[in-house]
Amino acid sequence: MDKFTTHTGRVAPLRRSNVDTDQIIPAVYLKRVTKTGFEDGLFAEWREDEKFLLNQDEYKDATILVTGTEFGTGSSREHAVWALKDYGFKAVVAPRFGDIFRGNSLKNGLLTVELPEAAVEELWLRAELHPDSEITVDLAEREVRAGDRTWSFEFDEFLRWRMMEGLDDVALTLRDEDKIAAFESNRDAWRPRTLPAAV
Amino acid sequence: MSRTPQEAEGARPQTLAEKVWNAHVVRTGGQQPDLLYIDLHLLHEVTSPQAFDGLRQAGRKVRRTDLTIATEDHNTPTDNLFTIADPTSRKQIETLRTNCEEFGVRIHSLGDANQGVVHVVGPQLGLTQPGMTVVCGDSHTSTHGAFGSIAFGIGTSEVEHVLATQTLPQAKPKYMAVTVNGSLPEGVSAKDLILKIISITGTGGGKGHIVEYRGQAIEELSMEGRMTICNMSIEWGAKAGLIAADQKTFDYVQGRPHAPQGEDWDAAVEYWQTLTTDEGAVFDKEIVIDAASLSPFVTWGTNPGQGVELSGNVPDPAAFEDAIERTTAASALEYMGLEAGTPMREIDVDVVFLGSCTNGRIEDLRTAAEVIKGRKVADGVNMMVVPGSAKVREQAIEEGLDQVFIDAGADWRFAGCSMCLGMNPDQLTPGQRAASTSNRNFEGRQGKGGRTHLVSPAVAAATAVSGHLASPADL
Repeated sequence: MDKFTTHTGRVAPLRRSNVDTDQIIPAVYLKRVTKTGFEDGLFAEWREDEKFLLNQDEYKDATILVTGTEFGTGSSREHAVWALKDYGFKAVVAPRFGDIFRGNSLKNGLLTVELPEAAVEELWLRAELHPDSEITVDLAEREVRAGDRTWSFEFDEFLRWRMMEGLDDVALTLRDEDKIAAFESNRDAWRPRTLPAAV
Repeated sequence: MSRTPQEAEGARPQTLAEKVWNAHVVRTGGQQPDLLYIDLHLLHEVTSPQAFDGLRQAGRKVRRTDLTIATEDHNTPTDNLFTIADPTSRKQIETLRTNCEEFGVRIHSLGDANQGVVHVVGPQLGLTQPGMTVVCGDSHTSTHGAFGSIAFGIGTSEVEHVLATQTLPQAKPKYMAVTVNGSLPEGVSAKDLILKIISITGTGGGKGHIVEYRGQAIEELSMEGRMTICNMSIEWGAKAGLIAADQKTFDYVQGRPHAPQGEDWDAAVEYWQTLTTDEGAVFDKEIVIDAASLSPFVTWGTNPGQGVELSGNVPDPAAFEDAIERTTAASALEYMGLEAGTPMREIDVDVVFLGSCTNGRIEDLRTAAEVIKGRKVADGVNMMVVPGSAKVREQAIEEGLDQVFIDAGADWRFAGCSMCLGMNPDQLTPGQRAASTSNRNFEGRQGKGGRTHLVSPAVAAATAVSGHLASPADL
C-alpha cells in the first residue's frame, strides 16, 4: 500500500450528499479482474454532463475531493476507491462516510477525512471562488489547512500508523498466527464446514 | 471452550451481538482493533478476483477452504443457464472458476443445482447458523444476521485478508436496538417495516452500530421476513443487523445439508439458546416503533431513506427543514421525473421486478403468486420474476408458482441478482420506471437512467396487475 503522510493539492468541490458507491462507479464498470484502470468509471453517469464539476477546466487537476455527508454509502465495491485513486484523487473530505467505503479507502492509501459541515462549506466556497488555490491534508498532524484556516480532524491512532507506514494488513495479522491456530483448535466440532460438500 | 460469555466477562449483562463478538475474538487489547475469527466466508465473482490475485502475488494459500464457498450471481444471465453473452462478464466468471479450482474452493456455478444469489445460498445449505461470524464481499451480507449471527459486507482487500488468515481486524462496534412493539397489521410485511425504519433513520443513521431487531413484530416474522429486515441494515448505514435465534430459527436450520446432526445438534442448540440479550444489558442507542401504525411503504426518491406510505403523496422538497435534505429531495424528484404532491398510487410503472437477496426467497414468490393468481399483468407492464436461487426456483415449480406467473403474463426467469443491479443483461432502459422488490433505488442502479421504487412482494404483484403502484387491497 502507498504511504500517506501529507498531501497538498487543488480541491474539487462536489456539492452533493448521499453520494453512494453506485454513483462513484456504476456496476457496469465492475466486471474487470484487475485492480487498476477504473478511472473511466469514476462518476461515469455524471461525467456525461459537460457541466459536471470534473468536466470544468479549473477542476481537472484537483487531487482532493470535498463532498457532502454520507459519501460512499451502499455497495461494498472497493472499485469505488480504486476509481477515485486511478483518476488522481489522493484524499476525500466529507462530514461523514459509509463505513465499508471508509475501510476500503484506508486500505488503499486514499485518505478519507471527516470534517464538520461548516468546514466543508467553507472549503467548497474557497474552491469555487479560487479554483487554483491549494489546501493541505496532513495526516501526521491530523490537520486540514487552507490559507490561514486550520481544522483538526480525529483519526484512529492505529489506522493512522498503518497508513503512514503503508503496511499490509495480512502481514500484520500473520504475526499473530499462533493465536489464530490456538483459537481454531478450540472451535466446536459442530460448527459448519463447506467441505466436504453436502447438498 | 468456555461457552458462556457471561462467565468470561464477569456478571455484566451483555447484548446478543456482544456475546457473538466476544466468542470470536482471537486477539484484543493494545492499539490494534480486535482480531475476529470468521466462521463462514462467501465469495462471488465481482469482488474476489483481485483478492485471489493478491494471494497469488504473495505466495499465500486459502487458510480454510472448508469455511469458504463461492457462487456465481451478479453477472449471470437469467434467460438461460449456459451462455454469458457479454465477454467481460464471462471473463469475470471464468476467473472465479479458475481461482476456485486453483485454490481448492467449493463453487456452485451457473447451471448447478445450488447456484443462486450468495445470500440465498448460504442459509438454504444450512451453512448459515446462529452465533456465527459471516462475511462476504457484498454489503447485503447483513442478511445472515437473521439467524442471530454477526454478518457484514467487506471490501476486496478484506476478502483477501480473510482468505489468507480466516480473520478480520475490526474496531469494536456500538450496539443499537430497534424494538418493534405490537403486531404488523394484515397486509404489512417485513419489507414495509424496514423501508419505514430507513425513512426514519436516513441512510447514515445506523453508522458504526450492530443493530439488534427485536420485539413482538420481529418475533412474529418468518425466517424469510427476518432475512429481508437484516438484509437492508446496510441501507441505513448499520455495520450489521441481527435477530436472536428462537425455535423458528432452529426449525429452519434443522435438516438442511450442513446443519449439525444427532448429538452435535443438541450441543449446538444448547449453545444457541444462550444467545439472547441479557436482562439489563445496555444498548448505546434504541429506536422504538409501534408496528400497529404501519401500512405498505414505498420509496419515491433515489436513496432507500426517501420513502413514504403507499397511501401518501410525493413530498414537496420545500417542506424539508434540513437544507441538504431539501436539495437532495429536489434532485431526486428531477431524476425520478416526479411532481411533488402526486399520490403515490397514481405513479405508473413500466417494469415490475420480483427477486433479489432482499425478496427472492420462496415465501416472497408465494406472496406475490397469491396476489397475482387468476389475474393478468397490466398491458404495457413487463413483470420479471427471478428466484433467488436454483433451489428456490425448483421449489416454486413444485408448488406450481411458475405457472401462476406465466399464466398472468409475467416473465419467469432463472436465478441470479438480475435487475437488482445493472451488471447483467436484465436492466432498465433510460427513463423506464420500475417497482422493484430489491434494496437500492440509487440513480442508475437498475440500469442507466432507470427509475426505481422499492416495494414489497405484495405491492410488486398488485402493481403489476394494476399498472400503477398499488397494494393487494386496491385490486
